[in-house]
Amino acid sequence: MDKVIETHGLTKIYNGTHAVQDLELQVQRGEVFGMLGPNGSGKTTTILMLLGLTEPTSGSVRVLGFDPARQPLQVKSRVGYMPDSVGFYDDLTARENLSYIARLNRIPSAEARRRIESALERMGLAEQIDRPVGTFSHGMRQRLGLAELLVKKPEMVILDEPTLGLDPGAAREFLDLIRGLKHEGITVLLASHLLHQVQAVCDRVGLFHKGRMVLEGTVRELSQQVLGVGHRLRLEAEGDGIVERLKDLQGLVRLQEQGDHTYILESERDLREDAARAVLDAGGRLLTLRAEEPNLDEVYTHYFQEIAYAS
Amino acid sequence: MRREGSPWQGVWTVMAKEMADQLTGARMRILELLALVAAVGAVYAAVGNIRSNIGEDPFLFLRLFTTSREPLPAFVSFLGFITPLVAIALGFDAVNGEFNRRTMSRILAQPIYRDALLLGKYLAGLATLAVVLTAIWLLVAGLGLIFLGVPPGGEEVARGLLFLLATLAYGGVWLGLAMVFSVIFRQPATAALASIAVWLFFTVFWGMLAGVLAQVFSPLQYGFLEEVLAQTRMEIALSRLSPNTLYAEIVLALLNPTVRALGPVLPIQLHRAVLGAPLPLSQSLGLVWPHLVGLIAAVILFFALAYVLFQRQEVRA
Ligand SMILES: Nc1ncnc2c1ncn2[C@@H]1O[C@H](COP(=O)(O)OP(=O)(O)OP(=O)(O)O)[C@@H](O)[C@H]1O
Ligand SMILES: [Mg+2]
Repeated sequence: MDKVIETHGLTKIYNGTHAVQDLELQVQRGEVFGMLGPNGSGKTTTILMLLGLTEPTSGSVRVLGFDPARQPLQVKSRVGYMPDSVGFYDDLTARENLSYIARLNRIPSAEARRRIESALERMGLAEQIDRPVGTFSHGMRQRLGLAELLVKKPEMVILDEPTLGLDPGAAREFLDLIRGLKHEGITVLLASHLLHQVQAVCDRVGLFHKGRMVLEGTVRELSQQVLGVGHRLRLEAEGDGIVERLKDLQGLVRLQEQGDHTYILESERDLREDAARAVLDAGGRLLTLRAEEPNLDEVYTHYFQEIAYAS
Repeated sequence: MRREGSPWQGVWTVMAKEMADQLTGARMRILELLALVAAVGAVYAAVGNIRSNIGEDPFLFLRLFTTSREPLPAFVSFLGFITPLVAIALGFDAVNGEFNRRTMSRILAQPIYRDALLLGKYLAGLATLAVVLTAIWLLVAGLGLIFLGVPPGGEEVARGLLFLLATLAYGGVWLGLAMVFSVIFRQPATAALASIAVWLFFTVFWGMLAGVLAQVFSPLQYGFLEEVLAQTRMEIALSRLSPNTLYAEIVLALLNPTVRALGPVLPIQLHRAVLGAPLPLSQSLGLVWPHLVGLIAAVILFFALAYVLFQRQEVRA
């Protein structure tokens, strides 16, 4: 696996305050990486440095093997970027806006025409193709921004809060789009505050706080680190003595009873088999057994509560 | 740190897009209207006066540009007045407009340098200005031909074209200034106002100020001729810091072949030449060459300033 993003000690200081501090970020080719963190934690600044749009104060960056400060054209022709506030030329139509971008990327005009039409089709803007962007709603502009990425056909895309203001249907389509990009082998870097969306598409996430990446890994790993819980089971069973048997399971962190026959088991390892056996051994009746994904929302909330508590 | 890749990649794309914007925008409609009024007014003003002395004046065609008739100003005065305003109108929202539309970071994320964006915009402004000025020029020349019925000589056309070129350079200075302000100020209205303030300063106040400054720095103590001369020279030198003065002198020398010198002329210098005999084009051009160079230097200076300021700016608005 080769690394498409690699930073070492990356730091950006604005007027004496650290916007980004000693960042060690590594993203593999084909991965979907999510950047999380409160407002002002340095996500956008990191992205701008990856694209060579802001000079790092110190540290090194490599994107697709290029140095964005010295070889910005190489980087920018291979990376698609959607800024957090995406704007277009209001007097130009959707097609004209995209064709300007295509020309800046030196895509031959016949090819560009094809790509623009199929991209707008895919983003559900086929009917608005020749309408001035000034008449577009916020969400339609957002879709246009995504269509632009499809026209550019990059090796990697960087999205800064891309689902801001999208309706639920569009947000779902957007998640499908990201999965589609991943399927094509395109690396995705996604900064967002919508935790369930991040959880739904990202292979790994990084949690930013005050310019540092304080946690990094899969959601399961983060959950293990922050909550001490990597796995969670929802079990419904009838019978006597089940609770005692379940409590004895190795690796169990917490057992909660919800109602009469429902138990939530939080554990360090996957307990599905053991739990089922425990119920059967106790002579009980197993009604349901479902593994629940660890919840990024909880991890996030818990982490920042602890920080607030500690300080 | 060395950057890789051509800084000019994308210049033509940016220029083509910006020019298309300007030529189709509402701004252009206004400029076209202005151009039409200017041309018709100028020809109307000139033709009546000139007709009376057809045959006496060897530079009839050039008179089209310089003759005035109350209450209408001569075409050159009108152009000298309107060109800076047009140039400012084309440049005052060049950079801040991209920020306000939130297109800046999206455009700069494409494979171009900031250099290309700025230069593309500048060239587009200059090209639009050239289109407008050429249109007016052709209109005046054409209408003049129709009404006067006398074809211009080769030298007259050459002088007329050089005048057009000088006007373009003059406009380029103001375009450059407007772009500098469009980098400095986030609000296009502020940038426009600042540009117009500078223009007003040079149009209205600089002439007076040059006189006052000359009196301060080169005072008359005994009233000797040398002192008077030194003061006059100083005043002229100071006033030439204004692009308006440079342009006015260029126009004077180009469109009036009989002008033999710019600035103070002593009677002793005059006897070398028969007064009133027109200069050949090459000598008129020699006379204004430093002025032209000055205007072009100002253009480059403003562009460089805009460039440096723009490079330091954060892409985030
Ligand atoms: N141009 C600037 N000048 C000074 N400080 C800046 C500038 N841009 C950003 N900062 C500071 O850098 C820090 C990081 O900002 P950044 O935009 O990277 O945060 P973010 O994680 O993207 O936040 P959000 O979730 O709100 O988008 C903030 O404290 C911000 O105030
Ligand atoms: Mg941000």
